[in-house]
Amino acid sequence: KLVATPNPAFMTKDELTSYKYVTTYNNFYEFGTDKSDPAAYAHTLQTRPWTVSIEGLVKKPVTLDIDALLKLAPMEERIYRMRCVEGWSMVIPWDGYSLSKLLNYVQPLGSAKYVEFISLADKKQMPGLGDNIIDWPYREGLRLDEAMNPLTLLTFGLYGEMLPKQNGAPVRIVVPWKYGFKSAKSIVKIRLTEEMPKTSWGRIAPREYGFYSNVNPLVDHPRWSQATERRIGDSKGIFAPKIKTEMFNGYGDQVASMYAGMDLKKLY
Amino acid sequence: MKIIIFFLALLPLDRLIWLGLTDDLSANPIEFITRSTGTWALVFLCLTLAMTPLRLIGNSVAWIRYRRMLGLFSFFYACIHFGIWLWLDQDFDLGAMFKDVVKRPFITMGFISFVLLIPLALTSTHWAQKKLGRRWAQLHRIIYLIACTAILHYWWHKAGKNDLDTVSIYAAILTLLLCCRIPYIRKILSKRSNT
Repeated sequence: KLVATPNPAFMTKDELTSYKYVTTYNNFYEFGTDKSDPAAYAHTLQTRPWTVSIEGLVKKPVTLDIDALLKLAPMEERIYRMRCVEGWSMVIPWDGYSLSKLLNYVQPLGSAKYVEFISLADKKQMPGLGDNIIDWPYREGLRLDEAMNPLTLLTFGLYGEMLPKQNGAPVRIVVPWKYGFKSAKSIVKIRLTEEMPKTSWGRIAPREYGFYSNVNPLVDHPRWSQATERRIGDSKGIFAPKIKTEMFNGYGDQVASMYAGMDLKKLY
Repeated sequence: MKIIIFFLALLPLDRLIWLGLTDDLSANPIEFITRSTGTWALVFLCLTLAMTPLRLIGNSVAWIRYRRMLGLFSFFYACIHFGIWLWLDQDFDLGAMFKDVVKRPFITMGFISFVLLIPLALTSTHWAQKKLGRRWAQLHRIIYLIACTAILHYWWHKAGKNDLDTVSIYAAILTLLLCCRIPYIRKILSKRSNT
């Protein structure tokens, strides 16, 4: 159980995706490439003890224990849409607080421009590391202003429960206006840098997965259109038509200003 | 024997229907059905192509009797695979479909594979076989091309994620089966069984 106060600013009319689907249909390659693999194999993940070190261009580099992190700021419940780059989406009640609270705590230096997230990579706990699809550990990144945006959630739970292991326990990022792979799971290190971090998917297929990877119905993935998405567990049944994908996954009011003047077709 | 194979070949469909009725098609049923039917179309393509090598090795024509049915089942699952995509991904919008076919190489390959299967399915009857005579065999060699386009379709679909383990196995099997058609290897296979 995780006590979290619903934040009325982040509620939505969308119907929630069931707990069952949120916790059995996951991309978490550390446990296998099939979407049922994480639920089947993540039980070997040791989520305690767990520490996260925040380092790089900060005034106060620190290594925090998970319990200290849980207490750093009041826990909020926020309902976010989650849009996977593969063309499906969910609506999930997450529990956490804005990443900015943690970043303010360590005080980024003026030279810091980007934030890199590094996930755990331990062969003993993660059978998927045997595949060298990704050059482990998994790395993701945000521009500092994106990381400081109030929407960016440092997440510890969902549906009022501690994060299930397959969803990135014990702590992950959730960036709701970007494709799901930007939201790194099971984070052990956060690094502030001046250079744009090299992300895992960006290294594998730069043409398919850009650094920004904002949800954008106008920029197709090279192998499929991003104009529409299939809502998982759609109450209209399994043959329900796809729904229209919204720019910035519908969070344009909160985030569009960060990209003013940028050509988002080039900087996808 | 043929009737047994017929019902065995329907099992993948039965399974999908069963899983659908018990609400067990995973969180993304459409993706599940699309991938499952794609896989089975490919499996039946491999089985179809395996009949000639089996005939050569076993020196028995019995295998050839199942070839047509296996090929038609490959077409059957390809139809569901294609139909679901056309309906639920393209919403029967033929304009959008062709744009997708032209724009995305992996879809181009899937589409070519499906279109090429149609004449083979249509001319699978004894009547067409007699009518076409020698040209029938020539026409049906298109299956070798389909094997290549189908595996490219699957390969390019998986390439983005670098997740090539399964598709490599199918590619190896198809390569092996196609190699059996090389005259030199064909000779070796049939010689071995004659002695």
